[in-house]
Formats: sequence, structure tokens, C-alpha cells
Amino acid sequence: MSAGAAPSTRAAFTEGVRAIAPIVIGVFPFGLIAGVAAVEAGLTTVQALAASPMIFAGASQLAAMDLIGRSSPALVIVLTAWVINARFAMYSAALTPPFASLSVRRRAVAAYLLTDQAFAMSTIRFARTEEPATSRYAFYLGSALTMALTWHTATIVGVVVGTGVPPEWSLDFAVPLVFIALVFPAITDRATRVAAITAAIAASSLRGMPLNLGLLTAALIGIVAGLIARGRQ
Amino acid sequence: MTSHSTLAIWGILAAIGIGTFLIRFSFLAALSRVDAIPPLVTRILRLIPAAVLAAIAMPALTHASGSFDLATDRFVAGTVAAFVAWRTRNVMATIAVGMGVLWAIDALGWFAS
Repeated sequence: MSAGAAPSTRAAFTEGVRAIAPIVIGVFPFGLIAGVAAVEAGLTTVQALAASPMIFAGASQLAAMDLIGRSSPALVIVLTAWVINARFAMYSAALTPPFASLSVRRRAVAAYLLTDQAFAMSTIRFARTEEPATSRYAFYLGSALTMALTWHTATIVGVVVGTGVPPEWSLDFAVPLVFIALVFPAITDRATRVAAITAAIAASSLRGMPLNLGLLTAALIGIVAGLIARGRQ
Repeated sequence: MTSHSTLAIWGILAAIGIGTFLIRFSFLAALSRVDAIPPLVTRILRLIPAAVLAAIAMPALTHASGSFDLATDRFVAGTVAAFVAWRTRNVMATIAVGMGVLWAIDALGWFAS
């Protein structure tokens, strides 16, 4: 925020910080594990630290680290991460009406900072409150920057700690635990439930697929199953 | 540990990062409206998180020893953690219970591993 920001803009920023605060507490262990996973996958310390600001998308970072650690082909790793992050296109579209009057630079900043959490907080706020785009942007920045600060702090701690964790602690198991914790909130109706269950069974069955393509193929099968389930509703 | 070179990993990180930014910027850059996304694409995008997250989590539990095996510390701990995740929707509680159960099973020596 610039020093000359209107009081209402500053207030909106603070409200954004406050709105997301309870959520980012849960993000901390997730970021910590992403940092540890990067070190365990075999990234250099600089790479493990750079991964978060370069990608800034937790689930895709964890999945990429897992696949890098298993030496999957680069194309499979990149494709898997892109598929996981494809949902951001939906958020980008939803944020376009409230942010349409902002400069392209501000929209680029908003895009770079886009996360599930900041998006969720902002859509709730925008639906309830009538306010100018600059106030909305300030609220969004408050939420998104709090999220970014938490995520980067957590991954840095994870990278530092990760180099010293004894393997008998089985800390690598925290990675699937994070995904287990994230899958349930993603299941919101019959279609998503069918997609998740089908993808889980398919992934387990396709574990032996060459080039570690099992994950992508299983996700695809799950999505098709979800589409069929929705069609029958 | 990976067999990818340091340079290759930089390339992978950059490709994921640039692609992810372009996905995030897509509509905000073009200023096209929400209804510009075909309904089928929206439906697919909504299903991706559930499908992908489940597809990542499951094999880590069912193939903890490398091949399909449900008599492992990780499958039991993961199943308990899944129950906690389902009931509480709390990331921290899920990790704490999952790791706790894993360590307890290993300490008790239930499964030879």
C-alpha cells in the first residue's frame, strides 16, 4: 500500500489480512512439508527455496517434488503440475468482473498471488459488499499477501529443517497426509465424490504405469467418471 | 533422490511456474467474461482438484512397500488420518494424527518393516 492510500483502501487491506488469518494457520504445516519434500526429492537448497516464489501453488509443488524424487520424465512432471493448477483459470475468470477496471500491472500482481484461499475469501467479500474496484483489490491484496508470506515462511523453515530430519521419522509420509487433508474439502457434491473415489482406485491400480503416467491417467479417468455421474443426476 | 540434473530441475521449475502464472493471468489478462468458458470446461475444472488429490494420495497408502499391500503401517495410519480429515476438515489435525498413528505402529512393531 502506498502512503497516500485512502483510509477506506487501507481498511479494506487490513480486513483482507484479518479475514484470511484463521485459514493460513492451517497452511503453515502444508508449506513446511513442501519445503522438506523439495530437499528430500534432491533439489539443491537454492532450488528448494526458489520453488515457492516460482510456482506458489502448494499441491502442484508437492506433486512435482514427488515426481522429481522418483525421476519421472520432465514432461510428465510439468504436465501433472499444470493439470493440478488448471483450476486457477476458473478463479481468473471469476475475478475478471470485479477487477476489470484495474491496470494490467495490478491484474498481473493479482494473478501471480492467486490461491484457493485468497480467492475464497475475496469472492465471499465481493458478494456481500458494494465497493470500488480499488477497495476490492486492497482487500484481495491483504488476503493474498498474508497467504504468500505464510507460505514462503513455512517453506523456508521446511527447507532448513528438511536437511536435518532423520529418515526414521518418516516425515515423507506427511506428503500423502496433506493430500488426504485437502481431498475432503474438494468433495462438494456427487460428481466430485465419484471423481475422487474413481481416481483413487484407478491411481492405485495404475501405479505400475510407465513414466509415472499413472497419476495423470487416473485423474483423467476420475474426471470422466465425475462427468458421467453428473450427467445422470 | 532424483536423477535429473540441476539444470533440468531449474527447467522443470521454470516451466511449471510460467505455465501456472499464465493460467492464473489468462482471463484477468484478456478481460474476457466468466461466461466465455464453455459449461463443459467449467465442469471439468471443478472436478480436477478432487480427482487429482485423491489420485496422489491413494497409491502412497496402498503401495507403501512398493507393490500393492494393505498390511502396512502407512495404510493403517493413512486410513485413520482420512477419517480425521473427513470429520474435521483440519489439515493440522490430519497430519498430527496420521504421523502419530504411524509412529505408534512402528514403536509397537505391528508390521515388520
